[in-house]
Amino acid sequence: MTEVVLNEPLSQVSLLFVSSALAFLALALVLFSFQLVKLSTVEAVSSEAKAASSGSIMVDEKIATDKMTATERAGFILLWVSTAILGVGVVLRGVAAGRVPWANMYEFSISGAFLILLVYLTALKIKDLRFIATFITGFALITVFAAVSLFYVEVQTIMPALQSYWLVIHVVVAIMATGFLAVAAGMHIAYLLKASDRARKLFSHFPELLQLERIAYRFNVVGFVLWSFTLIAGAVWAERAWHRYWGWDTKEVWTFIIWVLYAGYLHAMATRGWNGKRAAWLGLVAFLSVIFNFTIVNLFFKGLHVYSGL
Amino acid sequence: MASSFLSKLWFWPRFFWRQLTSMRNALILLLLLAVAAVPGSVYPQRSADPNGVKFFYDNEPELAAVLDQLQLFDVYTSVWFSAIYILLFVSLAGCVLPRTKIHFEALRARPVQTPKNLERMPEYLSEAGDSSVLESAMVVLKKRGFRIDRQQESISSEKGYAKETGNLVFHYSLVGVLLAVGFGGGFSFSGQRVLVEGDTFVNNLASYDSFSPGALFNEGQLEPFSLTLDEFDVVYDLANRANIGQPIDFVASVSADFGQTQTTSDIRVNYPLAAPGANVYLTGNGFAPVVTVFDGDGNISYQGPIVFLPQDSNMTSLGVIKAPDALPEQLGIIAFFYPTAEKLTTGAYTSIYPDPISPLMTMNVYTGNLGLDSGIPRNAYALDTTNMEMIAGRDGPVAAIELEVGQSADLPDGLGSVRFDGLLRFASLDVAHNPGGIWVLLFAALSLVSLTMSLMVPRRRVWVRLVPGGKIEFAALSRRDDPNLPQVLEEIVQEIRSGSKK
Ligand code: HEM
Repeated sequence: MTEVVLNEPLSQVSLLFVSSALAFLALALVLFSFQLVKLSTVEAVSSEAKAASSGSIMVDEKIATDKMTATERAGFILLWVSTAILGVGVVLRGVAAGRVPWANMYEFSISGAFLILLVYLTALKIKDLRFIATFITGFALITVFAAVSLFYVEVQTIMPALQSYWLVIHVVVAIMATGFLAVAAGMHIAYLLKASDRARKLFSHFPELLQLERIAYRFNVVGFVLWSFTLIAGAVWAERAWHRYWGWDTKEVWTFIIWVLYAGYLHAMATRGWNGKRAAWLGLVAFLSVIFNFTIVNLFFKGLHVYSGL
Repeated sequence: MASSFLSKLWFWPRFFWRQLTSMRNALILLLLLAVAAVPGSVYPQRSADPNGVKFFYDNEPELAAVLDQLQLFDVYTSVWFSAIYILLFVSLAGCVLPRTKIHFEALRARPVQTPKNLERMPEYLSEAGDSSVLESAMVVLKKRGFRIDRQQESISSEKGYAKETGNLVFHYSLVGVLLAVGFGGGFSFSGQRVLVEGDTFVNNLASYDSFSPGALFNEGQLEPFSLTLDEFDVVYDLANRANIGQPIDFVASVSADFGQTQTTSDIRVNYPLAAPGANVYLTGNGFAPVVTVFDGDGNISYQGPIVFLPQDSNMTSLGVIKAPDALPEQLGIIAFFYPTAEKLTTGAYTSIYPDPISPLMTMNVYTGNLGLDSGIPRNAYALDTTNMEMIAGRDGPVAAIELEVGQSADLPDGLGSVRFDGLLRFASLDVAHNPGGIWVLLFAALSLVSLTMSLMVPRRRVWVRLVPGGKIEFAALSRRDDPNLPQVLEEIVQEIRSGSKK
């Protein structure tokens, strides 16, 4: 491997971008939450009004769900801006390190948050998924915040075990899978909120349950295929790096568990009486396992995947 | 009477089989499998982390014994884990085999009878038209790859059989993966060998330091070849101040004799050497100082490189020298090696850089009984000093011996002398082969392709019917989620219209 000259000043500039993306994300989250609350009150009022048999507020309901309010528009502009800034931060980090920017937890986190936002914003162009903006922004915010506050490490040259093109393939697909699964998890949350008896009114402006379920399914399907690839690519890499393709290392165990949980979710969606709430819970548990795998397993479990950089 | 008795007898097996092969149970078994895999990440596993298990036993022997009874140190080969996945795969076979038969029949059969009530279908359109529309529909649907059945005044068509094919192939490939893992594991082996620069390793059982064969392994699988470690090189990051001392590459340069061919090659982390019948991997490295020990009579009682085990990231290393033939008494030495030595205020040494810039070896010397004759196998990297007396070392009668490369020093009381002749490096090599690996990969790849096919190919039925009175009905149905169905039907109808107008 040729020697790489790290560019530390540039990595500081990168950190500056990542941190300011954090500020924009926080602003966007405030706006989205504000919008969510406003919508739910409009909904609540309108349904009460409906109950009181006055038709005049019905118009509001239509506006609330279909047209973007100024608050919402501002939120999405901020979200685009923060994604762009974060993207610059990620790219600069890669340039500073002279390699792909996903070799330790800080880097996985910022690249992952960027990709999740990108998947979401791209999906928005195809389908109206505005209603989960709060979840996605919140998730990205937490991820980037954790990256900057908990996981931050200076740029480093990577250890020989990571010097492989499999780092590029295996990890980038894993991050992409996480992006799709995260959007699906947002749908699951939306579904469960809407389906719960107490909160039904609050989330009445969300799409119909059946639609939420279908969107979640579609994102999970793509995520599952990508995750399957991640698992296989990981095994191929392990054969090169650790002399066996599978050894039940903690990280391998959790990748397997996640895969089986999502296979279970897909089965549930095809089993009578198991779709709906149960499948949504299962999908959510599966996604929590993805998060668990990335945080707790990386940081606290013993294993060969000691790449957190911490 | 007899038949009712028989059917009663059959009731329970059939009941269990139905249960086992139901979708609900497949789901439950999958979830069980996920849950059962968890403890293997919590407790150390013998296969992946034998030292972790030993450590656990040392710290909490009682708990460890209980966990061991429950096979929690061998989760993935345990009875309960195996039971779950075997049941799951039996269920899979019971589920997929009948579906395969049905699918084969469906592939040969004609599309279904056009339903009476097309209006009830999820997608439905109707407009005025005559039988020319049916002719045009035949052409359009055929071009779009639908399988068509003309039924009097209607057309029934279906497309996307590949969805079910994909699903079935996917499940079969999982069976393939499992079988390949099983058989491959049986014939697999991996052997470890520490090789000092200049040493040669010949591939046979006797030359391994440790060897773990699969259950079906036989010695004939070891192809004769030999490897000489010519040089071991560590490349350090010198370009980045914050990373000084970080190794960025380990390179084992070897000469290989494969019988027919002789080559020289580099083995690096992530880049194993493909030898006949096995890959050779680089798994570790360290220093092997060359030492000569003279006994009290002036005879050489030990000479050669000693493998020192690295203790920290700056390669402070620990080695043990045993000279059982030394006279008048056996000699044992615990030696520390510091590639770049620095003296601490306490008088002890530490290494501040992993490359040998100012190498130093310190030795604690013992005389007495090494305990090698007792028949108990002794660890080459540990010295049992219970029956020995320290003659030089920290807190000993004489200070520890300190040697730079090329220096020698006398032992106290005329017991002999030691010399630090030179410095070599060693590489830990792993020779491993799993003949199942390639099959696991092939089946896994097949499962990925068929999974994608199953999940992405839509399976659609389209019907066109001429209703008496000059009305044409179009309807479409999709198996499972299919967001594009309305649009697809729309397009088909457009094409049919433009076709029938010509
Ligand atoms: C090793 C165990 C199994 C795994 C990992 C697994 C995995 C999967 C996955 C990922 C899917 C979704 C892909 C697709 O729809 O083609 C699926 C679908 C399906 N599986 Fe399994 N499966 C297993 C066992 C079984 C068993 C035991 C049954 C029968 C009871 C079964 C019946 C089905 C069926 C009918 C579908 C199609 C569902 C649909 O229409 O979408 N599977 N399976």
